[in-house]
Amino acid sequence: MVIILEYFMIFLIVLMIALALFAIKTKDLLSAVIASGFISLVASIVYLYLQAPDVAMTEAAIGAGITTLIFVVAVRKTKGREK
Amino acid sequence: MRKIVAIVFLAIIGFYIISIFSAFQFGDKYKGVSEHYVKEGIIENRGANLVTSIVVNYRGFDTLGEVTVLFLAATGLSFLLFSCKCEREFKRIKSSLVLRTATDTLFPMILLFGAYIFIHGHLTPGGGFQGGSVIASGVMLLFLSFRSFHPNHKTLSTIEVLAGISFAGIGLLGLVYAKSFLANSVLPLGQWNRLISAGVIPLIYIAVGLKVGAELSGLISDMISTTKED
Repeated sequence: MVIILEYFMIFLIVLMIALALFAIKTKDLLSAVIASGFISLVASIVYLYLQAPDVAMTEAAIGAGITTLIFVVAVRKTKGREK
Repeated sequence: MRKIVAIVFLAIIGFYIISIFSAFQFGDKYKGVSEHYVKEGIIENRGANLVTSIVVNYRGFDTLGEVTVLFLAATGLSFLLFSCKCEREFKRIKSSLVLRTATDTLFPMILLFGAYIFIHGHLTPGGGFQGGSVIASGVMLLFLSFRSFHPNHKTLSTIEVLAGISFAGIGLLGLVYAKSFLANSVLPLGQWNRLISAGVIPLIYIAVGLKVGAELSGLISDMISTTKED
């Protein structure tokens, strides 16, 4: 069970790295914002596994919720595409 | 050329970070002040959540600074948004029925959950920041589903000011009646693992939770209500 959980964590971390690369590479800023919000969501699961529930809560509420909304509004105020 | 400089800088920073981390062994021993926190923290503060007694009591001054930083960030953002000549405009697009119904059901529960987190901050994981941001995400849901929703900014700033004053006031009480600023010996400590225990920690966390919730809600409201739709 523990080994399965550890492999799952490795999968999550690889997923985070892949999402970060996607957020850098993509030209569509809205996709980049959603990818970074997803990174926060995955990071909060990893924090929970590392027994830091306080940090996990903050990451889920601020990183995945409020920051994503603020970035979406900012993208809508600007052009929404990277040059 | 710039890339080479960036790589060199990264290499230097990486070298120092690696050399710092290789000097310690991860999770090896508690040394000095952290040993005191881990061993005596629960006895000194009677908070079941040790993280809370470190964040609010031993490092209470840092928490006050964090709250101030958040306040400055919110003030700066609203200054920046309102100083530009953009029209404040609300476009009343009806959001989908699913979102509206879900908001009707979920919003009171989200508020209650946020309040639960910061009131039980000294017993369970979480605290003022977490509870406040959960409340703010509930307000965000209201904004998304009811586009004409507009909170009263005066009420929000009154809550914020009162919470900030009570945080600093509790700290000053510690300075007057005990030995240091934000000291935890003003109120009786009570029994371990009860709701009313751990001295001033719950009061401070309620203040921080209300302050952070009001601040982040005001910030979201500033962001959304200055958005022009085309």
